[in-house]
Amino acid sequence: MTSGQRRLSAVATAALVVSLAAACGGNAKPGSSDSTSSAAASSDSQAGGQLSGEIKVDGSSTVAPLTQAATELFGEEQPQVKIPVGTSGTGGGFERFCAGETDISNASRPIKDEEKAACEAKGIKFTELTVATDALTVVVSKENDWATCLTTDQLKKMWEPAAEGKVKTWKDVDPKFPAEELKLYGPGTDSGTFDYFTDEINGEEGASRKDYSPSENDNDIVTGVSGTKGGLGYFGFTYFEENADKLKAVEVDSGSGCVAPSVETAQGGTYTPLARPLFIYPSATAAKRPEVAAFLDYYAGNINAIAKDAKFIPLNAEQEAKLKADITALKSQS
Amino acid sequence: MAILSTPRSTVQLASKGRPLKEHLFRIALLASLAIAIVFLTMLVVYVVEEGWPRLDARLWENQPSIRRPENAGIQSGIFGTLWIIGLTALMALPTGILAAIYLEEYADKTKWYNRLIELNISNLAAVPSIVYGILGLGMIARWMQFGFTVMTGAMTISLLVLPIVIISAREAIRAVPASIREGSLALGATQWQTIYRQVLPASIPGIATGSILALSRAIGEAAPFLMLGAATLVRFNPEGVWSNFSVLPLQIYNFITRPQEEFAVLAAAAIVILLAILLLMNSVAIWLRNRYQKRW
Repeated sequence: MTSGQRRLSAVATAALVVSLAAACGGNAKPGSSDSTSSAAASSDSQAGGQLSGEIKVDGSSTVAPLTQAATELFGEEQPQVKIPVGTSGTGGGFERFCAGETDISNASRPIKDEEKAACEAKGIKFTELTVATDALTVVVSKENDWATCLTTDQLKKMWEPAAEGKVKTWKDVDPKFPAEELKLYGPGTDSGTFDYFTDEINGEEGASRKDYSPSENDNDIVTGVSGTKGGLGYFGFTYFEENADKLKAVEVDSGSGCVAPSVETAQGGTYTPLARPLFIYPSATAAKRPEVAAFLDYYAGNINAIAKDAKFIPLNAEQEAKLKADITALKSQS
Repeated sequence: MAILSTPRSTVQLASKGRPLKEHLFRIALLASLAIAIVFLTMLVVYVVEEGWPRLDARLWENQPSIRRPENAGIQSGIFGTLWIIGLTALMALPTGILAAIYLEEYADKTKWYNRLIELNISNLAAVPSIVYGILGLGMIARWMQFGFTVMTGAMTISLLVLPIVIISAREAIRAVPASIREGSLALGATQWQTIYRQVLPASIPGIATGSILALSRAIGEAAPFLMLGAATLVRFNPEGVWSNFSVLPLQIYNFITRPQEEFAVLAAAAIVILLAILLLMNSVAIWLRNRYQKRW
């Protein structure tokens, strides 16, 4: 083989790989496309008139799937309205929102005072809307047979900054526990989940021991905890629900008995202090635009269907009524 | 992937003299090559196996969906990536090639400013891509008010690949023997005619290969787009340069962090598509080089 032929065969191999990938596409069922079904659904609902435009959304990656589910459902009625959803994180989202670059900001914690000030400086008015509930879930390995319920004090003992380098085994947390090594997994410091957990458990937002395994990807926490007998981690309830076969959720006792994280306890407000509200922040200026107003109406009007679809914990009746009242107030304000 | 064709006979002749050392050296060379090939093969086999159930038309016919992960596609990502790369090629290639022609054919290398430019280009080629993201965010998206559009993304990526295009184009132009230029000038051609009719055609294979490899690198970039705050969940394709967009690497990153198992499979399938686009571009580069290569 000359070098020319060898090179030719390299090209042929590459082309083969590409065409193989293309050929795999042949198995598609024509009816499986969800874009066609949404187009069909939209033609039935012409009554309200077709809106168009773009609604820019950014913010928490925890809330993004909920807003994304809302855009998918809304898109079946208003296919001309484009809604790109970013996942820059709660803090990054507010930064862009208060610079006037986005119309709606997703947030897994309330807006901070300095973020409010940034918005005010730019003259951006907004409303805080609670759209769903999340139960921050503390998980341990399936092999862990000693920790079924932890008090908030025990959690603090594990996670507070003073625990760094000192609390190394479960026995250090409570003498009744075995001397199994305590391996901690948690979200990175940029996440709203981290902010909320440290605030509620350690008493100060952002205060945490640093010698744990942080990850921006909650699936890494699932893998880490499920593979370590003495592992413990925390994240949003959906990640536990999807991995309930690999992990055990710990009940949390904040002084009035052990409560397991669930849809009911989070909705009813008994899963304290780790049940948290999730928010969207629409800007008042954007809400004047017909497509944004229609989207917010749709979001609030179908909130529990959307939440169920996106596997979030829906609002209770009282919160749902408040959401609808808030939207009405936002629109009359503008 | 440069194919260096060392004349085989030279190696064989030398190995007769010092067999052991030569053999050890050859084994070391082959082992180094094997590491690269083995990892690439493992990666390809792993993602194809993992993504196999989703490697069908649903991928490019459907838009991403949170509600129906089993039917979700990556159409907006494929189109977004193609838009960004196409526009980047339109902006970065002419600029980069013209800059290379200036530096090789016109610039007086004894002048301090030409040396400064050269030094800066080499430095820029080594700047991490996230820094270009910050530049794009501050300058193009905010200061120039281009917002978060295909144009902003493509301009940022153009800046990222420009130094690589310039460096590879300069190498290609430098490889054209001086005798070609001298012959052309001696026959009465002007400098521009010499460049346009002799130097450029002779260096096209090298320029094309370098440019395509630079663009291939840009395809896999996620960091600058993360910095630009490009949306990850987009259910429409870009309709023009002022449209909002998402790209494949961002979508893959987003799928991997979702809790549902279906998204992990979808991410693997999306990686296969990304690799297929990459391999397609690289094979075009190899083909172009073989088709037009000249030897002197």
